[in-house]
Amino acid sequence: MAMAEPRARIPETAAPARPIYEIERLSKTYANNRLVALQDVHLTLRKGEFVSVVGSSGCGKSTLLKIMSGLLPPTRGRVVLDGRPVTGPRPDIGMMFQQATLLPWKTTIENIVLPIEIREGRAAAKAALPRAQALLSLVGLGDFARVFPGELSGGMAQRASICRMLISEPAVLLLDEPFSALDELTRDFMNMELQRICAEQEATAFLVTHSLAEAVILSDRVLVMKPRPGRVVEEIVIDLPRPRTLEMINTPKFGQIVGHIRDLLGKEAHQ
Amino acid sequence: MTDTPDSRDTVWVEHEALIDRVPRWVAMLALAVVVVAIWDLATARMGWVSPIILPSPGETLEDLIFVGKNLLTGGYMLEALWTTTRTVFWAFLLATGIGFSLGVLVGETKFGERAVMPYLVAIDTMPKVAFAPLFIAWLGFDIASKVALAAFIATFPIVVSTAAGLYSASENERMLFKAMGASRLQTLMRLKLPNGLPHIFTGLKIAAVGVMAGAITGEFLGGGRGFGALIRQSASQMDTPRVFALILYLSLLGLALFFTVAWLQKRLVFWNKANQPIGAA
Repeated sequence: MAMAEPRARIPETAAPARPIYEIERLSKTYANNRLVALQDVHLTLRKGEFVSVVGSSGCGKSTLLKIMSGLLPPTRGRVVLDGRPVTGPRPDIGMMFQQATLLPWKTTIENIVLPIEIREGRAAAKAALPRAQALLSLVGLGDFARVFPGELSGGMAQRASICRMLISEPAVLLLDEPFSALDELTRDFMNMELQRICAEQEATAFLVTHSLAEAVILSDRVLVMKPRPGRVVEEIVIDLPRPRTLEMINTPKFGQIVGHIRDLLGKEAHQ
Repeated sequence: MTDTPDSRDTVWVEHEALIDRVPRWVAMLALAVVVVAIWDLATARMGWVSPIILPSPGETLEDLIFVGKNLLTGGYMLEALWTTTRTVFWAFLLATGIGFSLGVLVGETKFGERAVMPYLVAIDTMPKVAFAPLFIAWLGFDIASKVALAAFIATFPIVVSTAAGLYSASENERMLFKAMGASRLQTLMRLKLPNGLPHIFTGLKIAAVGVMAGAITGEFLGGGRGFGALIRQSASQMDTPRVFALILYLSLLGLALFFTVAWLQKRLVFWNKANQPIGAA
């Protein structure tokens, strides 16, 4: 399939883009087991920025993502997207999960317009079909619009779910380990695709992942989280040039950054 | 490039056992021939079994032809079969309607799950045929009491399968719908129901079998003009070949209902490869 070369981004440092997602002193305590899932998290996503969060299991990164997506209410703190507080699921928040979760009784393109169908009805969904077709072409699935998801491979299904996320033109993309169920080669490829798509759409993205390499290769900034209580312990600016390529993984600088993050997390694991 | 085998190739063919290579119709026919041959041997040839207990294949065939003629010429047996067909049809419809509604109540609401389901389980564990005299007392000896008994038996599998079907939507799918801001009704109609169809059809197929049993039991116990009454009458006259013939024709009704459901399932649940009904491919 044809792959467009990722376009270079304007470096964030040159002219700070406007903040799009702002989180201040966010805390989450689960009442039933008195677990402090998140404590005093501050986070700002700027327009067009790609930020990842890494951390061991139970460090609160999934809770953070759920609060950011409006699926879970915070215990304390401010969560503001595009000037409006997040108090529930919103059309301008795009979500992507570990599993593609396409409905098997709908064709690929019907799955992609599903968010429109749910929010605005069948007529609006029908009107969105050309846009969905364009998105499918963007991810290289142009010929698979009328195919049922059962016929798609894992990677193709995840690409379709990228389209479903993009169809409502969200202001921010929240990615919950989107490619962790894929094999390594497909995963590398999908990461580069994701970079290209984000560049083309000038998307603001927030990625939760277990893979340090994935976080570093994709992100402008990586947040390192630690558990009990869940908090952000360090923010690492990744100043590798864009567009990123898979070859960068083999450079000493890349290795240094990954090593540094691994040290930070490793300390926690042995505590 | 040619594809001729080289002497160094290790080409070999995987052999499938003969029994696995037989076409379906041959296998079915062969099994039927063997069973009928043993049957014939045990009855007509050797006389091991009394004709009152088990008639020979020949006698049964004679009666099959007799009953078949009666059915085709619109005789009293056709009328009886029509009565039973109506009973089965209405009972199945009633069971589907009530079972599905209760299933949604149980599967979708906490009230249904906590308050209604325990009672349903309690009723389901009772031998439901024991209610037959009650239905007859309430509804009389006409078709209505048989419909009620058959529907009563067939409702529970549909309730359980519908509720299980609604539960079967995965955590991911629920989260997706939540994130899309779907209402409860939307989640039910666009996700839980279509997703639960394979389960629901399993329940409908069990109900199709149950409704037949219920209708015939009702006719045994409550008389009337149905096929069950004919069977009981023949049995009381020790006319065993006739009983066999009647049961065979009755089974066609059950098969017709079962395969209608299976056909509907194939049409509606085309996307679920794991749920293709066996024997209806």
